[in-house]
Amino acid sequence: MPEIPSVSGPEDVRIGVYVCHCGTNIAGTVDVKALASYAACLPHVAVSREYKYMCSDPGQALIEVDIAEHDLNRIVVASCSPLLHEATFRRVLARAGLNPFLLQMVNIREHVSWVHSDRKTATEKAKDLVRAAVRRVSLHKPLEKRRVPINPSVLVVGGGIAGIHAALKLADAGKQVYLVEREPTIGGHMAMFDKTFPTLDCAACILTPKMTAVGSHPNIKLYTYSEVVKVDGYVGNYKVRIKHKPRYVNEDLCIGCQECITACVYKEGKTPDEFNLGLSKRKPIYLAFPQAVPQKVVIDRDTCIEFKSGKCKKTCIEACGERLAIDFKQKETFEEIEIGAIILATGFKTFAPERNPSCGYGQYPNVYTSLEVERLINASGPTGGEVILRDGKRPTSVGIIHCIGSRDANSNRWCSKVCCMYSLKLAHLIKEHTGAEVFNFYIDMRTPGKGYEEFYDRLLDEGVHFVRGRVADVSDWAVHPSEEGKLVIRAEDTLAGFVRRIPVDMVVLSVGLEPQTDAQDVRRLFNISCSSEGWFLERHPKLAPVSTFTEGIYIAGACQGPKDIPDSVAQAGAAAAEALALIDAQSVELEPYTAAILEQDCSGCKSCIPLCPYQAITFVDEKKKAYINEVLCKGCGTCVAGCPSGSIQQNFFEDDQIFEEIEGVLAYA
Amino acid sequence: MELKRTVKFEADRDPEFARWVSHTVGGERIRHCLQCGLCSGKCPLSLYMDYTPRRLMHLSREGFKEEVLGSSSIWLCTACYACMVNCPKNINVTHLLYALKQRAIEEKRYPRRFAIPVMARQFSDMVRGSGRITESWLVVRVFLRTSFWRLLGMSRLGAKLFLSGRMPLKREKIHRQPEMEKLLDSVAATRKELAL
Amino acid sequence: MRYAYYPGCSLRGTGRSYEESLLAVFRALDVEIDEIDDWNCCGATTYMSVDELTSYALASRNMALAERGHSEIIAPCAACYLVLNKTQHYIREYPSIKIVVTRALETIGLEYHDRIRVRHPLDVLLNDVKPENIAAKVKVPLNGLKFAPYYGCQIVRPYSTFDDQRDPTSMERLLEACGAKAVHYPLKTLCCGGSQKGTLPEVGLDLVHYLLKEAQKNGAEVVATVCPLCQFNLESFQKEAGERHDETSLPVLYFTQLMALALGAPAHTIGLQRGFVPIEPLLTTKEIAYA
Repeated sequence: MPEIPSVSGPEDVRIGVYVCHCGTNIAGTVDVKALASYAACLPHVAVSREYKYMCSDPGQALIEVDIAEHDLNRIVVASCSPLLHEATFRRVLARAGLNPFLLQMVNIREHVSWVHSDRKTATEKAKDLVRAAVRRVSLHKPLEKRRVPINPSVLVVGGGIAGIHAALKLADAGKQVYLVEREPTIGGHMAMFDKTFPTLDCAACILTPKMTAVGSHPNIKLYTYSEVVKVDGYVGNYKVRIKHKPRYVNEDLCIGCQECITACVYKEGKTPDEFNLGLSKRKPIYLAFPQAVPQKVVIDRDTCIEFKSGKCKKTCIEACGERLAIDFKQKETFEEIEIGAIILATGFKTFAPERNPSCGYGQYPNVYTSLEVERLINASGPTGGEVILRDGKRPTSVGIIHCIGSRDANSNRWCSKVCCMYSLKLAHLIKEHTGAEVFNFYIDMRTPGKGYEEFYDRLLDEGVHFVRGRVADVSDWAVHPSEEGKLVIRAEDTLAGFVRRIPVDMVVLSVGLEPQTDAQDVRRLFNISCSSEGWFLERHPKLAPVSTFTEGIYIAGACQGPKDIPDSVAQAGAAAAEALALIDAQSVELEPYTAAILEQDCSGCKSCIPLCPYQAITFVDEKKKAYINEVLCKGCGTCVAGCPSGSIQQNFFEDDQIFEEIEGVLAYA
Repeated sequence: MELKRTVKFEADRDPEFARWVSHTVGGERIRHCLQCGLCSGKCPLSLYMDYTPRRLMHLSREGFKEEVLGSSSIWLCTACYACMVNCPKNINVTHLLYALKQRAIEEKRYPRRFAIPVMARQFSDMVRGSGRITESWLVVRVFLRTSFWRLLGMSRLGAKLFLSGRMPLKREKIHRQPEMEKLLDSVAATRKELAL
Repeated sequence: MRYAYYPGCSLRGTGRSYEESLLAVFRALDVEIDEIDDWNCCGATTYMSVDELTSYALASRNMALAERGHSEIIAPCAACYLVLNKTQHYIREYPSIKIVVTRALETIGLEYHDRIRVRHPLDVLLNDVKPENIAAKVKVPLNGLKFAPYYGCQIVRPYSTFDDQRDPTSMERLLEACGAKAVHYPLKTLCCGGSQKGTLPEVGLDLVHYLLKEAQKNGAEVVATVCPLCQFNLESFQKEAGERHDETSLPVLYFTQLMALALGAPAHTIGLQRGFVPIEPLLTTKEIAYA
């Protein structure tokens, strides 16, 4: 038998090896007794045992007792994947008074017994792996987890329903919250809706109390018309730079009386009103909607005469009178805040139907998106809640087309989840407002939430026509005399089995939800990931929907994926809870797998600095050496591999340890 | 009142046909068809079909060979691609229709003196023989074999075309006609060898 | 750059005016072409229905011939355009088809290297020549002549890369550079029925009727087409469709005929006399000078 070279390492290494049967999961394929006997003969192994369930209490006790009785100072556990029980066994070592990082796990289940069937070769492989671990563990050093304190304030980005709810929960818990919203008012998309499904509650009525609560909460600093421009730091210790865009109105002085708007030299609005999606016009000085929070007016510099020519009469200032709230000289300002956790609730945008020419949007005036219709039927909308079309007509027949920009390889593959419900809602509201004949063209009717199927039942009672068929075309091509002057929707009625042409006065496109246009820029700013479709990526789709892979940053609402209001609120509460859990722990433990520069070897070439995905490496000019911030370092190992002179070492993955492991695998028994 | 009993047993399905459908060019993603009906909605000829394109997709993947190969749909399709280009699941509807058409011609499932396969045969013969199509003679040949009366009915149009110089009677031929035969024979041989 | 030119069988028959006017347009705009020597029929949709594999071999012969000396091939006929593109895509995608084609071409001493780009005249005129340059060479402005831009199906679907597949506008841009005006035409890509008129007459007649009626209803004075079969169908069966449904009397021209007219080519060289509905009265009314 060839001689096994002796392990290089501290001479007083005494290793305990524990082989788990895992019932028959491992023992069914691997000869665990032979494995334990083999391990017992390896150098520096003082104890070698096998046991049915190492992770059980008696199993753990075995290790603890052996450590005391046999003076063990290194442990190898050959069992399942470390993802499952590494933490368990580390705690065992800690209880027994050993540094938890003097443990090495060997995976003889997922890597051996679950993927091989031949007992002989599986056992040989297990022996190789255990031998490697024994050699490696001798070189393990004690490591300490670091604790850093956590700043108890939280930044919430996005003032829609999710951001509002998260901010309120955190503020009620006594934490300082900064809510940053880039529009002049909070409220998000929900403020634009008329009624919400399935209860048909008025959206503004249920939203505005929460909005005013945010505006007046002592623990919330509300920064509207502002954006985050820089994020530095790490969990518990973020430094964020916020840009405040100039309203040209002093927020502390404006009382929202709106006299300035009435007095503006523009007698009528000329600029398409963003809140009403261009269906009405506004003046350069405006308030987004009557219940805006904060109730402060804003001036749009692109359309205001004073900015264009400098020669305006400025009747607005006159109307403001003594308050002197208008300030044309206002400038963009920046502010730095320090916070411990961040919740991103930046919401969604709707699919732009111009991308699908067959649906007629933009070609025919009476084709609307669902969001535009929400404004039309809203009492504070452009037509005072009457459904009056762009050409002045009142519709007697309306077609609502589902799945525009959803479930489609030509635009977005996903189902946008809310459109079936809101299409049913719009069908009901349009019928109520106009008495028109309403046709819903759907593919599947997706109504899974609480009360949603019952809502569908209610619509079925109301006499809305449901045609199951994806709409092929909307055009003004008339074949039958009844189609003249109308918009004709052509679709196969799949349930009936023939093609139908249905003339309508108004077409409503149920547009799907998409990530915001700048979602990629935002996620890069905050250093989180996006899915391939552009939604912010959660840590685990089932078990961790509101946390991200970046510690201390949480996501909530539609920015994570299409969802309705109840789910957005639930996620917002969850994100707030996770942020609270982080903050109330008062400090956070960091894994010690960090890399460090070996100063004596570092040549100052700076190759490592751009390699770090977490910007943890900086250059210390005085010493002309690189420096790794342990707290930012995530232990990815890129710099270790990239350093041309090998002057970076990583805890728990040192070169010596890895080479020993490799040699252990390759050596013959 | 005439009653027709329709219930389909598993024995009515042809699994070989279903398998062929999902492996033939065009049938690759047939299992993904959601039956949304967009293909039928876009198709300008679906109003004349006995089975709309959507129904044909489902019947094909389930293996209802008789219904599929006996349908009028496969003959009505003009291969305008409106269905395929817009299909939300990227199913190659048009190419599958071509495959079904070819199979129907192979298995001779069409009425006697049906113009489409006759046209196809005359067309391919003319290509083999001359390398190019002379429209005038092609039309004559097809109508002679299908409906002589229709040919007479078209004579006025034919005369107009001839008089406006758009229906030359001179045969269009390529110089290197033997290349056509070599080409076509080679394809036939390789096809046999590779069992395509 | 000189382009290889692949007329296709119809351009020598029913599509004669297309070729005449296309060559006139190219001459006026200095687009240099070389007809592929001894080109053969591409197989069109008919061969595709019977024997797809063979149609790829037929089409490749032309491309292999064109590759000798050219990097781009202009195929005016919509069916040829589609078949050539499909052949290129399928040879790339399916190794078995590549084998069949390679061997077949070998027997006649040819090789296909997939180095040739298939272009349509619309693409060449829009992107290589450009509307501004065309507008500069217009000698006979079309004085707002109203046309319905009818693309048909095969030029846009499924292989068109130079224009939007659902709402193409290349014809509008080119003809508007010549002074004509496009009318609203929702049926611009509706299939004309192809060869169905011959095989299933009622179907073909309905489609022809819809296309013509909608053009007329939207105020078109002429229908502009890009495909020989579309032009043939619309023109030849206009009267019959009118007898069965509503009458229409629109001249149906190739877009190249209108362009050639605008660029100053004499009428008889661009086949204006070959149409069934004379266009001369219309030109006179619009004060468009034609030689």
